[in-house]
Amino acid sequence: MSSLFSISIFQSALELGCIYALVALALFISFTILNIADLTTDGCFTLGCAVGAMVTLAGHPFLAFFAALLSGVLAGFCTAFLQTKLGVESILAGIIVNTGLYTINIAVMGFSSLTNLFGCDTIFSIGKDTIGSGVIGDWYKLLIVGAIVAIIAVVLWWFLGTTLGMSIRATGDNAAMVKSSSINPTFTITVGLCLSNSLTALSGALIAQYQKSADINIGTGMVTIALASLIIGQTLIGNKGSMLRRIIGTILGSVLYRVIVAIALRLSVPAEALKLVSAIIVAVAIAAPYVRKKAALKKREFANYRGQRSQGVRDNA
Amino acid sequence: MLRLDNISKTFNPGTVNEKAALTNLSLDLADGDFATIVGSNGAGKSTMFNAIAGTFIVDEGNIYLDDEDITFKKEHVRSRVIGHLFQDPLKGTAPSMTIEENMALAFLRASKASSHLFSRISSKDKARFREQLALLGMGLEDRMKQPVGLLSGGQRQALTLLMATFVTPKLLLLDEHTAALDPATAEKVLELTKSIVAERGITCLMVTHNMHQALEVGNRTLMMNAGKIVFDTAGEERAKLSVADLLEKFKVGSGEELDNDRVLLS
Repeated sequence: MSSLFSISIFQSALELGCIYALVALALFISFTILNIADLTTDGCFTLGCAVGAMVTLAGHPFLAFFAALLSGVLAGFCTAFLQTKLGVESILAGIIVNTGLYTINIAVMGFSSLTNLFGCDTIFSIGKDTIGSGVIGDWYKLLIVGAIVAIIAVVLWWFLGTTLGMSIRATGDNAAMVKSSSINPTFTITVGLCLSNSLTALSGALIAQYQKSADINIGTGMVTIALASLIIGQTLIGNKGSMLRRIIGTILGSVLYRVIVAIALRLSVPAEALKLVSAIIVAVAIAAPYVRKKAALKKREFANYRGQRSQGVRDNA
Repeated sequence: MLRLDNISKTFNPGTVNEKAALTNLSLDLADGDFATIVGSNGAGKSTMFNAIAGTFIVDEGNIYLDDEDITFKKEHVRSRVIGHLFQDPLKGTAPSMTIEENMALAFLRASKASSHLFSRISSKDKARFREQLALLGMGLEDRMKQPVGLLSGGQRQALTLLMATFVTPKLLLLDEHTAALDPATAEKVLELTKSIVAERGITCLMVTHNMHQALEVGNRTLMMNAGKIVFDTAGEERAKLSVADLLEKFKVGSGEELDNDRVLLS
């Protein structure tokens, strides 16, 4: 087992899990709470990555995160504006913004598809210099990303309990009720999508500094991967229970997903296969409740049919 | 108080499904009026409510509330002062949120602008919610942390009523809000409605299919047919009316029998 799964692989899986947990939390807001399939995610992740990388390159590793957050807010605002003010279908709005972001992203990176951050100060290099010695040793990266995720989780939990947060939750839960409670759904959807996309972009900026590079294709398939994490988390913790529990479940789901990926890579599953595996996880997990219901119905139908058959045989005898 | 001035609404204009739901309807409701509304299916009762609440904007005419023209105001703006209950008890509450969270949202109406956006439910709020819930006599005050989805239809409707009147609205629209409940619960919710409306002096419109209710509850009875109010009675005249008279009035007003099976059954 130790050869199959060394500490360092486990460690990096935890680190990546924490970073990508922010995207899973973003989808927790848009997909689970607001009930909107926000496909801006892929482009927005790359946007955060590109913006974060460029600001880091300019020598501002901390400012990079705030710049990324802001870029995510703008991307989310575009999607929200399209669907609430211009009547574009929510899925289409996300796809449109996602497509447009490709050009923006490559422009942000100075019309190159790859930006390297070697030799730049990052939050991780600074962390290594300040806390990376002594007891903590190699675990400083995990400490940094873990702290960031913990802070975001607590702030998110707090926010979802505020009046505005509750209004956003009600918007996804019962749109009719929201309007008749004097809440403006346009406003709550906009705030929700801005918030979720800012988290996605923040995750992108963290990845840029973590990998010391930004790549135009880094966000491809991110929405599916994050959904897979979200679903794994929901399966673990359940979709009920308090907000804090569900938020923690989502983070655990993301970490577990990365651990599964690490094991798969260790077992020589080619890296290219991972997206297919994620897609299958998501498809199966979302389809499962529906299929289970159908199967139960078929079973009853079959039992009924058999019952009638045996009744018929008895009558004939 | 509420004035509907020649409002009209046609759904799907220019298609085979064209339906003139409201045709030059006018209504004047005095402050503190509690009017019941009867009429056949498709008479335009719910459409009139939706027009007042702002679910859609009327094609013609104007709507005034307290002398303010609200014809083009959005639904969420109007809902600050207009409470709206539907027949379907699921419509008025957010099922996956707890009772206290739902009540906190209803309480939003009281808050001005954005000052309360980032406040959480305080223990003072909880005490107030508990006190209000206790008035329902359904034991909901001890289940404040439970999601509303776990409540029965009657409990949800009672909660919705409480939420709609928590911050006293100028106008309360009750669209057959007891029709989907079992008789005992319906009776309870109606009693609750009457006491809340009377206590706060809320101006109220209530659609009902129960002819006795139409004459007994409130101080005024309206009858609708084909998108218009065909009969309007209050005071002495109303007090003398029997259910048979009311059905007869309908025949005169519309030239046909009241074709509503629920009316005949009730």
